[in-house]
Amino acid sequence: MTTTGFIIATIIKILVVLGLFSALAGFGTYLERKVLAFMQRRLGPMHVGPYGVLQVLADGIKLFTKEDIIPQNAVKPIFMIAPIIGAATAFIALAAVPILPEFEIFGVKVHPIIADINVGVLFVLGVMASGLFAPLLAGMASSNKWGLLGAARTAIQLLSYEVVTGLSILAPLMLVGSLSLIDINNYQSGGFTDWIVWSQPVAFVLFLIAGFAETNRTPFDLLEHEAEIVSGYATEYSGMRWGMFFIGEYANMITLGFLASLIFLGGFNDWGFIPGGLAIVLKVSFLFFFFLWTRAAWPHVRPDQLMWLCWKVLMPIAVLNVVVTGIVLMM
Amino acid sequence: MFEAIAFYTFSAITIVMFWITVTSKNALYAMSALAAGMIMISGFFFLLDADFLGVVQIIVYTGAVMALYAFGMMFFDTTRDVKERVRAPKLVFLLSGMTALVLVIALVAPILGDHIEALYPMKEGIENPQAVGVVLFTKYLVPFEVAAVMLLVAMIAGIVLAGKKMDESLTLKVEDEFTQKGAQ
Repeated sequence: MTTTGFIIATIIKILVVLGLFSALAGFGTYLERKVLAFMQRRLGPMHVGPYGVLQVLADGIKLFTKEDIIPQNAVKPIFMIAPIIGAATAFIALAAVPILPEFEIFGVKVHPIIADINVGVLFVLGVMASGLFAPLLAGMASSNKWGLLGAARTAIQLLSYEVVTGLSILAPLMLVGSLSLIDINNYQSGGFTDWIVWSQPVAFVLFLIAGFAETNRTPFDLLEHEAEIVSGYATEYSGMRWGMFFIGEYANMITLGFLASLIFLGGFNDWGFIPGGLAIVLKVSFLFFFFLWTRAAWPHVRPDQLMWLCWKVLMPIAVLNVVVTGIVLMM
Repeated sequence: MFEAIAFYTFSAITIVMFWITVTSKNALYAMSALAAGMIMISGFFFLLDADFLGVVQIIVYTGAVMALYAFGMMFFDTTRDVKERVRAPKLVFLLSGMTALVLVIALVAPILGDHIEALYPMKEGIENPQAVGVVLFTKYLVPFEVAAVMLLVAMIAGIVLAGKKMDESLTLKVEDEFTQKGAQ
């Protein structure tokens, strides 16, 4: 492919990924309300459009037209940048994720990945982790006690759960021997029994738990725990700036779904009679549903319980898992 | 051409960010600019095809600067300017300026004299992480392990210094106080 062709293809891919995933992130809020309503025996949004499908649009109009309030004592530029960091890092992380298997369109072979770098896993995790600067800066800049508490919780949660994510993912990487998400996917090409989740079940569970903490989902959403610190880092935000945090959060949930299905659940390999492209969409949808399911089923934890879980339970198990995997590989 | 554009963009952003870090009086500005500058440096690694080091730069400095934020949060009101008292501003300027100059000369001299060459050049067919691993676990094994031991020592010292009453739960203690006060 020529340089010009490559540039045009990359720009088209970027636009498609941005458009598709911001739409999906918006639609995720509707799905979340519907699933929660179903589990709590309510109806959820019903009035706007059939079954309330257009609720997303109504919310969008509301957020866009709301007044953008910036508190008087806030540190203005940082207060304004923080939500953009949240949304931007979520989409930058998607740049190294292979979304579908290769396919042909109009006689051109398309690799549905924006940047195929050979350290894909690390890049995605690193950029997702730097997304936690968003709640941290938001909380510290808004000169609000609840915001500051939210920011402090962000710092602890990130520094602790980053360790668990890294260690849990190390064991499957040792099996595969590569950091490229495409290599990891190809390692599991032998079908259902080749999935890494069967050889590394502990790592899978640890990765999911740490994923809940890093995307700030319910058993661990202490950053904006309504019952304790009003709305945490987002207390002072309104309108579209507030909305951007949540677009980032939902985009991160989708990215995490892709990571978990690529690393542990066989990725985009054909699954029996289901073609690969559909298989990965099904897996990511299930993991997204799993996030919502957990939110409906589990209460919040306390901050000290969160730390206890990280350092006294998850971290030792992760280290043991790595050591055992190493010994088994050596034998 | 794209490499040149990317290089100059990243350099400009990095220099501006570190300039803000040094000159700003607000701790929050300084730390945010530091974080941005550190992450922008990873761009240079990506331009040099050192993907692994670029990503490590992002991950390590995200965590490290986050820890700095935590300190900032505990010691300052980060939304206000920090009042600095510099006794001898000329001396500080002179000393830091000289240090910077010496560093620049030390790093630029081998490049100007063309005396710079790769001791362990990249071989074809070896990926980034493997190459780093090979050098780290053969040539630099001892420094690597010594650094690890030093970090362990620092961690144990930190735990011993900080955790004198770690076996007692602070939350339960507060509850005890409440019940005692209630009984009085």
